[in-house]
Amino acid sequence: MSAKPLLLLFILMTGVYSLHAQTRISGKVTDKKGRPLYSASITLKDSYDGATSDSAGNYSFTTTETGSFVLVISASGYQQTEIPLTLDQPELKVDVQVKEQITELRAVVISAGTFEASDKGRTTVLNSIDIATTASGMGDITGALKTLPGAQQVGETEGLFVRGGTASETRTFIDGTPVNNFFYSSVPNISQRGRFSPFLFKGTVFSTGGYSALYGQALSAALILESVDIPDESEGRVNVSVIGLGAGLQHVAKNKKSSWGVNYDYTNLWPAFRVIKQKQDFYDVPVYHTADANFRIKTSATGILKYYGYFSHNKTGFRTNSIDTLGYKDAFGLKNLNTYHNLSWKEKIGRKWRLQAGTSFSVNNDDIDSHLQDGTNKDILLTGLEFKQFGLESRGRFYNLKAVLERRLRNLSMLRFGAEYNYSNERSVYTAYNGLRFDQRVEEHIKAAFAETDVYLTNELAAKIGTRFEHSSLLGKVNIAPRASLAYRLGEESQASLAYGIFYQNPERRYLPSPYDLNFSRAAHYIAQYQKVSRLTTLRLEAFYKKYHNLIKTEPFNNTTVAANNNGYGQAHGVELFWRDKKTIKNFDYWISYSYLNTKRDFLNYPGALTPNFAATHTASLVLKKFVLDWKTGFNLSYTYATPRKYYNIFDDGTGSKIIDQGETPDYHNVGFSMNYLPKLGTKKKGQFTVLVLSVNNIFGLKQIYGYNYSYNNIRRQAIIPPSRTFVFIGAFISFGVDRTDDIINNNL
Amino acid sequence: MKKVFFFSLLLLTGIAANAQSEKYVKSMEKLIQAMDTTWNTDRLVELSNSFERIADAEKTQWLPYYYAALARVNAGYALGKNNAAEQTDPYANKAEELINKADALEANNSEIYVVKKLINTLKLIGDVMGRYMTAGAASAEALAKAKSLNPENPRVYLQEGIDKMNTPPQFGGSVEEGKKILEKSLEKFKAFKPASSIHPQWGESVAQRFLSR
Repeated sequence: MSAKPLLLLFILMTGVYSLHAQTRISGKVTDKKGRPLYSASITLKDSYDGATSDSAGNYSFTTTETGSFVLVISASGYQQTEIPLTLDQPELKVDVQVKEQITELRAVVISAGTFEASDKGRTTVLNSIDIATTASGMGDITGALKTLPGAQQVGETEGLFVRGGTASETRTFIDGTPVNNFFYSSVPNISQRGRFSPFLFKGTVFSTGGYSALYGQALSAALILESVDIPDESEGRVNVSVIGLGAGLQHVAKNKKSSWGVNYDYTNLWPAFRVIKQKQDFYDVPVYHTADANFRIKTSATGILKYYGYFSHNKTGFRTNSIDTLGYKDAFGLKNLNTYHNLSWKEKIGRKWRLQAGTSFSVNNDDIDSHLQDGTNKDILLTGLEFKQFGLESRGRFYNLKAVLERRLRNLSMLRFGAEYNYSNERSVYTAYNGLRFDQRVEEHIKAAFAETDVYLTNELAAKIGTRFEHSSLLGKVNIAPRASLAYRLGEESQASLAYGIFYQNPERRYLPSPYDLNFSRAAHYIAQYQKVSRLTTLRLEAFYKKYHNLIKTEPFNNTTVAANNNGYGQAHGVELFWRDKKTIKNFDYWISYSYLNTKRDFLNYPGALTPNFAATHTASLVLKKFVLDWKTGFNLSYTYATPRKYYNIFDDGTGSKIIDQGETPDYHNVGFSMNYLPKLGTKKKGQFTVLVLSVNNIFGLKQIYGYNYSYNNIRRQAIIPPSRTFVFIGAFISFGVDRTDDIINNNL
Repeated sequence: MKKVFFFSLLLLTGIAANAQSEKYVKSMEKLIQAMDTTWNTDRLVELSNSFERIADAEKTQWLPYYYAALARVNAGYALGKNNAAEQTDPYANKAEELINKADALEANNSEIYVVKKLINTLKLIGDVMGRYMTAGAASAEALAKAKSLNPENPRVYLQEGIDKMNTPPQFGGSVEEGKKILEKSLEKFKAFKPASSIHPQWGESVAQRFLSR
């Protein structure tokens, strides 16, 4: 090799190195609609060179690089765009159009029919502290939800009566699986509380219609609860109140990868009933023992395994003056034993898949005894009234299993599918006055499969489409339930949504077993919603139409009432409004909800289509919350109003059902008040947290009549009223080891 | 002749590598200097973009990502908006993305946790009531971690002092106590020696500014 070419090579190389062939790159960055993009970053990939676009979308920069390069344009909220170019001329003009990115922050939310109460979602209307501090709620989850539109103010029995549906048409789910005895067992004319504390849950979704295909066996509504994960710190708690005592411990591992906890509460209403006169004469004052245990383990960076186990035993017994025969008393006794276990697992599998699996098992035993007693509280058997003396033992076993697989698609789009299995085995033994025993068993296996997809077409338009398939072994039938909803964003804060769905439900257990061939009841929901949500205000308007088919009709059979056929039907339509405002008055938070409901149905023993006795035409609630920092006290007030409800005395004389009396209850008013005092607020010593609570329901003692009971011979009737007009709760909650003052303050400010 | 060739090639690549690192340091120095004299959102975003370019080109250096995140979060503060999450969140989110890249290259660095603290505080002031439990806690946690990683880092005390001054008295804030902590930060600044001309060394003037309030 001679020296010449080598020298040439040398010169060439150094030449390339030192020759500064400058290129000026300039242009304009716009979005698809041609609007200029401000602050976009333009980069010559793998070099230091680039620019940031100005307010007119223009950019320019010079580079000394030569050859082939990629120009990268990135701006938050937009997809990164890459343009290949060759730097071979002094002047390059590159105009770029960038596409909007579909992100959770900007995308429309599919929200028709649902109220979300959690600490994260953008469509959240309440958070968990709101649920605990709503004045009329008395710390009960459903109590707070009753201040939202769609729910009726039914006080004589527990449950959520939603949009013209009965309480049994609303189902509750914890971590995906249904809960079979969410409320304490029914007692005649006294509404029972939910079994679970609102603090067990980090998220609550109350769907008043049109809910997802992941859930079934509910004609009207779904209450979807998500339990808390591993808490931040270990803590112990003690609470003392006028109705009982409780203590608990929650231990979090040092590495925060696992936790376990135990709680025990003892409730005895004796002291409260001494002070607050009850309508009933309690020979067995309600006593509750509840204990629970939990553990939560992080199975990986993205996975968590959670267990919650609950055990409760409660007992009550009371006498009321018998409506059937004057001078005598009806005695009712109830013993309940309930256990509930829920195990759930969430895990990300790879980059695109997520698994959610859950299983729950519960046992519910009720022992009811009913007697007719004379003036000296001795059991007595009267001819014609023998039916008043009986015993009823119910034994329920419930098992649920559910798995949902979720796959991420493009953007935020998602595909979910899975299967569910619900088993119930309910046995009841009815012992008549003469010792005759009637033993019944109802066993059911429901198998379900479902698939659902969330499709985000743009940030403005999204749809959720799903189908659920169910098979009931009891009915020997299958159903297919399509569901769909659509959301369209109208502006920065406002959006419109539509939802449609078909929902199926089995006949209620209490009308089973039946000698007849039965089918599912069916409801179709049509919902239109407008929503405007900013950080401090929420406005929602919703209109709905609901059509019921195949509702259960009942008939007398062997001294009981059984499901006879599916010839019932009904409809409900209405308009609802929700407005929450934390903005107008500083440090003051209020919400207003209003529901208009027009509904008629022919079901059970109704002689035709009637407005059901649990439906009021107009219902409105006003909830106020104010935290006074200087007094370290939060004040909560709520007022609920409902127009009269219908009541009927429906009697079957052997030739069919007839209405032999009917009327309307008076208007319903309830004013609730509660106060939380946090004496430790602002003190520097962390680690102990105390809250004193005073809560008064129906503070003005307004008369509330929910309906009427009729005597067996239809001669007399008696108003159904609450056990006491007013109830007062005073309690202290002390927790150690963790400072929760901040959450209370910040959720009340 | 072959030897000459290899020698010149070696020389050439040597010059190129040197020039590269010199270019890196020079570019960084220039941008860091620009950052010290700027408190304007647009300008800080530009600087953040420039740092990010260097970071993406270099691929293995944590400092450009660190400064890109710092400039970005400061751009959010420079808006001067409280309780306006919709406006400040994009800055916080982008800064978080950048600092996580720095963290991935340089684990357990006190300076990185100071920026994480700044990001979470920016998120917090976007929605104080709604985020006290989340961003507020994360902010405190990041600062504690920064302190545990390097108790001599003056920027830890700078942030601690400013926080104390800005917190309302009902929640345990105090201007006096805050100033005491800032005095402490000044002592730490005096003793602090940055590892190089482009390693973090900002904050002394900020402490003085807050002290003179």
